[in-house]
Amino acid sequence: MSAQRSRRRSSTISGVNLLGGLVIVAIMLLPIYWAVVTSLKTLQQSYAIPSTLLPPTPTFAAYSEVLRTQGGALLTSLIIAVGSTVLSLLIAVPAAHALANFRFRVTGLVTLVLLVTQTIPGIVLGISFFKIFADIHLLNSYPGLIIADSTYCVPFDILVIRAFMISLPHELLEAAYVDGATLLGSLVRIVLPLSRPAILAAALFSFLFSWGDFLFALTLNTSGNVIPISLSIYQYLGQYTSQWPDLMAAAIFAAIPSAILLVLVQRGIRGGIATAGLKG
Amino acid sequence: MFLLPAIIYVLALFVYPIAYNILLSVRQSSVIGLLQNTASFVGITNYRVAVTNPTLPGVIAHTAIFMAGSLVLQFGIGFLLALFFTQRFPLSGLLRSLILIPWLLPGVVTGLILRLMFDPNSGMINQVLSDVGLIHSPIEWLTNTHLALPVVVLANIWIGIPFNMLLLHGGLQDIPKELYEAARVDGAGRLRTFRSITVPVMRPVIAVVLVLGFIYTLKAFDVVIILTGGGPINATQLLSTWTYTLSFTNLDFGQGAAVGTLMMLISLVCALGYVRSYRGELRR
Repeated sequence: MSAQRSRRRSSTISGVNLLGGLVIVAIMLLPIYWAVVTSLKTLQQSYAIPSTLLPPTPTFAAYSEVLRTQGGALLTSLIIAVGSTVLSLLIAVPAAHALANFRFRVTGLVTLVLLVTQTIPGIVLGISFFKIFADIHLLNSYPGLIIADSTYCVPFDILVIRAFMISLPHELLEAAYVDGATLLGSLVRIVLPLSRPAILAAALFSFLFSWGDFLFALTLNTSGNVIPISLSIYQYLGQYTSQWPDLMAAAIFAAIPSAILLVLVQRGIRGGIATAGLKG
Repeated sequence: MFLLPAIIYVLALFVYPIAYNILLSVRQSSVIGLLQNTASFVGITNYRVAVTNPTLPGVIAHTAIFMAGSLVLQFGIGFLLALFFTQRFPLSGLLRSLILIPWLLPGVVTGLILRLMFDPNSGMINQVLSDVGLIHSPIEWLTNTHLALPVVVLANIWIGIPFNMLLLHGGLQDIPKELYEAARVDGAGRLRTFRSITVPVMRPVIAVVLVLGFIYTLKAFDVVIILTGGGPINATQLLSTWTYTLSFTNLDFGQGAAVGTLMMLISLVCALGYVRSYRGELRR
């Protein structure tokens, strides 16, 4: 009798909690809801009073318009983000391996410097990069933006991958050396496969950082040759301030990588980092 | 051998640019001089000009309000949400990850979405206010010198809440359940348990969250540029956006670099705190 009552009470409590959780999420995501609704409206509907909380005549016109005008910028962002992700991993993976598995006198110092780099305001780097890149002709170029964007990723990647590598059993590496593996061979054949979850996570976040970069795209661009989606949206906003359906369709295209990452996070990629290496 | 690329990378893309920035800040600031490498050494002139710039007091005040408002509210709300999501109920995991969306979006996208929210004509806020008859003409949220800064702070809080919630929730999960049971046996109430168990155990996590929040808030750039560009009449000009405006709009790179260097000093002081709290976190 009493157990039954308490079960009923606890299910009421979890019902109330669920309701509360839904309300919180609804409030937090209200701006995104409005963005989606607006992207499905016509221009007239977007500023009509009384307002419409659902698109009266849903249309994908804005999306096809944006694909036509912003398709190139999306492709540019894709190239830069992939380039920056690859460059960052090429530098970060060996460094993380060294910091995790060998003891140098500089290990502590390097880790400290990596932490400090994350506190440097991007605009300070932007100003210096502008001048330095002007001298070596890297302004308005893919390599320039790839290198600049990689500064978001390299310290982060090293720290994330190193933290994971430290948790790997050290005996495997020692066994490999006993069997006569070279330094490079042991990295490629033992450490890399075991660290796949951490490397994958670092790659995903690197892609997202570089894809979303606005500051370097803005400061390292003078001619308009290389315009990623973030800068393109900003310029579009400057030209057509009230074209909200088009602007929101562009914003939603620019948000696709974030959506993919969210799905992966939801699928437990973080849990994967903790366990997959030991099982695999 | 494996470390070498990373060391060269850090020297070339962090150490050298920072040194370069300091060098820029003590040279004559015209852009032509800079591009032709003929800018002469002027000592601390750029710093003196920046410090006596009539815009500076406003910029410092806005930055202080922006940072204090953002930090207090995103931390407070983030903590409440983290506590809420430690309860078990259906869909809690899914709902918790949905809240992360504003934080995962590129800065330009968040800026744009919030600019639409506060748009005088197409924005949800004005439309709903006028639907229910509270206003009869659109409020100019982002072009009103009194309203723009609070709106920008609100926008930054929206982005900051998920991050605070994520880290604090992780910390709360790590608190041993036995501690709470012991407190209940001892007859401690909810508030007492929170004050005597949750807060002390969470102190290292709280330190990391606040220090990271400080660094990110000082750096905040994309959202402000998209929402207001630092305007109207500098009403939302922060240290980061002002550094940009000085350098790339006024083409006064010397003064921009001087303000940038000052900003870096602030975040370096904080970085030391970050490293200390990070170490504390590792030790746990």
